[in-house]
Amino acid sequence: MEWVNSAVQGILLGGLYALFATGLAIVFGIMRLTNLAHGDFTILPAYLALVLVGAIGLNPFYSIPISMAIMFMVGYLLQRSLLNRLVGSKIAIGVIVTFGLSMVIQNGLLLGYGPNSQGLDAGKIENMSIRISENLSIGWLPLIIFLTAVVVISGLQLFLVHTRMGGAFRAVSDDHQAARLMGINTKHIYAVAMGVALGIIVIGGTMMGIRTTFDPLLGNQRLIFAFEAVIIGGMGSGWGTLIGGVILGLAQTVGAQILGPAWSIFAGHAIFVIILAVRPQGLLARTVLAKGVAS
Amino acid sequence: MRAAAGSVSTGETRIVVSVASRKNLFILGGGLVILVALAFFPVFGSLAWTRRLVDFFLFLALAQFWNLLLGYGGIISVGQQGYIGMGCYALWFFADVLHVPLFLAVILAGLSGAIIAVPSAALVFKLRGGYLAIGTMVLAEMYRMIVSNIEATGGGSGVTIQAATEFGNESRVSGTYWWALAAAVIAIAAVYYTMRSRTGLALKAVRDDDLAAESSGVNLWRTRMYTFVIAGAGCALVGGILAISLLRIQPASVFAINWSAYMVFISVIGGLGTIEGPIIGAVIFFVLRETTSGYGGWYFIALGVVAVIVPVWNLGGIYGFVAKRTKFFVFPLRRKVKILGDGPGQAEPATQEEVSA
Repeated sequence: MEWVNSAVQGILLGGLYALFATGLAIVFGIMRLTNLAHGDFTILPAYLALVLVGAIGLNPFYSIPISMAIMFMVGYLLQRSLLNRLVGSKIAIGVIVTFGLSMVIQNGLLLGYGPNSQGLDAGKIENMSIRISENLSIGWLPLIIFLTAVVVISGLQLFLVHTRMGGAFRAVSDDHQAARLMGINTKHIYAVAMGVALGIIVIGGTMMGIRTTFDPLLGNQRLIFAFEAVIIGGMGSGWGTLIGGVILGLAQTVGAQILGPAWSIFAGHAIFVIILAVRPQGLLARTVLAKGVAS
Repeated sequence: MRAAAGSVSTGETRIVVSVASRKNLFILGGGLVILVALAFFPVFGSLAWTRRLVDFFLFLALAQFWNLLLGYGGIISVGQQGYIGMGCYALWFFADVLHVPLFLAVILAGLSGAIIAVPSAALVFKLRGGYLAIGTMVLAEMYRMIVSNIEATGGGSGVTIQAATEFGNESRVSGTYWWALAAAVIAIAAVYYTMRSRTGLALKAVRDDDLAAESSGVNLWRTRMYTFVIAGAGCALVGGILAISLLRIQPASVFAINWSAYMVFISVIGGLGTIEGPIIGAVIFFVLRETTSGYGGWYFIALGVVAVIVPVWNLGGIYGFVAKRTKFFVFPLRRKVKILGDGPGQAEPATQEEVSA
């Protein structure tokens, strides 16, 4: 029964990783940008929620729409003012710039809030659970997070396929020069894509903040989890990302069960390495944002 | 560093191809004098300054290897701290467990880095574009977790290098100093030698256009593997020296991502794709570290801001800026073509072979 319990926990945790991964994949798929500050952007909304909770006594859940609006603006302006200058330059330049950005965010948070762990209190929901049998119960919070992830990823797929803006995203992802010739304002599209990516991050970042504690230096670990979910699932596939996240979550919780809690994250890395070695294109490669000839 | 590499006579015009100019030979002589003076530093210098210079040489060596990866090999790594950390623990293993003489174990630490780099490279080369960088970060994390989760290596609290404590303080610092100086010289020599070799030409071709290079017969995978292994060995060598200098190694500090931050900063501010760049960058970094590292977070924010600003505005770093105007390289890597002709109106020397940053 312990096994079933940890498997369920792993699957639910995977939804969260998929949410982190989606933002990373959008930015890579559309802008060909590897955003090393991605993990730090998942930490920012948790601190934003902390500020909003402190200032107006808001439940952290309700801070999500406000934070989303703020982070959308941050993403839009960041892309428009800074990162658009990198489009078309070497891939490594984007990595260096976002690495610098990551250092600025991490150390900025350290200066502002110190190295201690913080948490968000969402009230009673954190302890409520559905009891299935004597040894197996599913917490409402992890379940809500997982379902949110599924809804967001489905919503994103629908957005990409059925809206004009989504079509523009796909066009720019496939061939940004041709897209520009067809009259698409690529600079605007890139900025919106970054805004959307950071907006999605807010959902995952805030919920993670409610679920566990966070500190300014967790960003790199989050970046790695998001990245592993993308690679395991297969680049460019929305559902692949969800599956990648779930496999990563499962590897961590089941790995902790077998090898002990100290090896939990290592087990996730190990699964990532194995999949990279035997199936580098990921389990479900190639759909909407896949055709990235990025090298 | 030959003064002239050859000359071709085509009818009326004579073409001379050279790598180094006379100025370069003078600088080489001056450099050797400085090197000899530096080698004697522990004899007359203070212990505190000897220690500081150890750090300086280690940073310089690290930045050279990182720059070999990116500036020449086109491989962006943010996981070299994995090799630094493994170098530290390899030194501990050889010196304390197998009782290899301490300063000999440094070489074995470097070799361990090369051995670890082979499968690591094979793995991360499967990743596309900038995802390769995150791949190197994952591997560095895995190495850190292995040593910090195993009891034999002292777990998270680390180990003390017993063999190093047996040395007197002064002789240990001097020995570390000579090794650190050697590491910096080895790094510069390795990059220079690599770039002047066939592999170097292939590397430059790959960096400028990997598709074109591959279709001209360059084995992309092998060339990049070579670079990755050299850089892995180099960073592990530095790790081995670092371990002797630190005496006590802890996973959280020797595997810290901050090492990557330093390497990025030094290379970017000095100038990517040049040997001179990291030297200038290391001096700037050293001065900055000595004067402002007390400010903690602000110091790292300043490093980050430089990493953001310099590439965005397409500044080739300090040396890139200088070289663009003077076309002078202390370490000449490019062949210069001089046309000494009686041909119509062709007398001024032209420099060929452009370098893209």
